[in-house]
Amino acid sequence: MRCAVAIVGAAETTELGKLPGISQIQLHADAALNAMKDCGLTLSDIDGIATAGESPTNLAHYLGIVPTWADGTSVGGCSFMLHVRHATAAIEAGLCETVLITHGESGRSRVGRGEFAGNRASLQGQFELPFGPIGPPTLFTMPVLRFMKEYDIRIEEVAMVAVVQREWAAMNPRASFRDPIDVDAVLNSKMIAYPFRKLMCCLVTDGGGALILTSAERAKDFPTRPVYVAGSGESIETPMVSQMEDFTSSRAFRVAGERAFASAGISHADVDHLMIYDAFAHLPLFGLEDLGFVGRGESAKFIGERNTAPGGKLPLNTNGGGLSYMHSGMYGMYALQESVRQLRGTAPAQVEGAKISFCLGVGGMFGASGAVVLSNEVL
Amino acid sequence: MPVSDRLLPIPTPETQHFWDGAREGELRLQRCCDCAHVYFPPRPFCPKCAHREVEVFRASGRAALYSYVINHRPAPGLKPPFAIAVVQLEEGPRMMTNIVDCEQTPEALILDMPLQVRFADQSEEIRLPVFGPCNTKEKE
Ligand SMILES: [Zn+2]
Repeated sequence: MRCAVAIVGAAETTELGKLPGISQIQLHADAALNAMKDCGLTLSDIDGIATAGESPTNLAHYLGIVPTWADGTSVGGCSFMLHVRHATAAIEAGLCETVLITHGESGRSRVGRGEFAGNRASLQGQFELPFGPIGPPTLFTMPVLRFMKEYDIRIEEVAMVAVVQREWAAMNPRASFRDPIDVDAVLNSKMIAYPFRKLMCCLVTDGGGALILTSAERAKDFPTRPVYVAGSGESIETPMVSQMEDFTSSRAFRVAGERAFASAGISHADVDHLMIYDAFAHLPLFGLEDLGFVGRGESAKFIGERNTAPGGKLPLNTNGGGLSYMHSGMYGMYALQESVRQLRGTAPAQVEGAKISFCLGVGGMFGASGAVVLSNEVL
Repeated sequence: MPVSDRLLPIPTPETQHFWDGAREGELRLQRCCDCAHVYFPPRPFCPKCAHREVEVFRASGRAALYSYVINHRPAPGLKPPFAIAVVQLEEGPRMMTNIVDCEQTPEALILDMPLQVRFADQSEEIRLPVFGPCNTKEKE
């Protein structure tokens, strides 16, 4: 049922950025404690937990929670969108009443986290890793030259995504990078993996965030303005970017997005505010097209014409995004936090009168997707 | 033979035929005996129709450059800048690879340029399928 569940608590870690004095599990806890304070709950009120990056077992034990429902879905940075979707279903089904979703990641300082060790016997280990990819900057970016050729998009237009998002970040005191940049600055920044320069790649920082969900009925009793889960969608494509069906489009985006729109019963024109997980500058381009906000090959022009910039008709990544705000590794939680702030009316770069926010996440290298439609009114 | 510093694959029972083929200088793909779907990476069933009867065959080795990046950061066993590419095989599937016998520059690496497979020795067991321009001779 639409809007039967609401987000009543939402908070990020007390600090974001470079936090060498805090381990990863404590980032989860710091965010969780902040979210509970936000809505006036204590640990004994939480009966459902969901998390990724850390196991729900570690989280429950560390926080001292006795869950009757747990979700450890871990499909990359969009896992938290899937947690919101699953928690909504669980609350509706009566499996639990109050769900805590946490994220914490010592992405930069790498305190108290396991090291990445590729499995050399997995299909990715056998058929991608031997050719020298060094993580997301060389894998997530792989489809871009094909995308640019297919739709005759220039690198300046891709760079523009980073420029516009910096404009949003400039309004946000918690953003990592706030100084204005132009296309030249982006195209003169250090080459990472052609055609990607440093300013077209996300930050690497430490931080966390947490959400608390309960039934819309109970949400009325909380001090915070309820943010209803109006609809959602999820999908998976492949762990290997080389095996994507189409290098100009994410199947996971399309499947998750369609389901989210349909379950919320809304059209594109109803969306006041949009978040598209931007680990790299091309993701908002793919997202705008795969969600159907623009036609195939039209996204770069749409952004270039300032439709997603401050004052534009479709405000996008208003926190500054992974390119300028923060990116710990699993960024989806911060996108959800910004959607909640916008719908509560508390965002630093507030979209006047925003009622419906669409939040699209990606996991792996176009490997998975989760989409959530949030509303501050019952639809 | 000196062993490459690259992250080398560990074959599984389901992929062994591919790596055996590479060692013998053959690019091997699989084809469904029911629906004729040609696919990669290896699996002992058809990912299109779930049929379990599939055959291994020698691919032509002809491909086209589908997309790539040129990595500028340090990577085990490779000297930056080097291209990591995805090629479109003549038979249909795509695979990740490196491009050899070609400058690792945007000017030299042109999308859709025709390529031919060659095999790069990495260890006693592993030769990796890499691709070079069609108009240059395979170094053998
Ligand atoms: Zn078949």
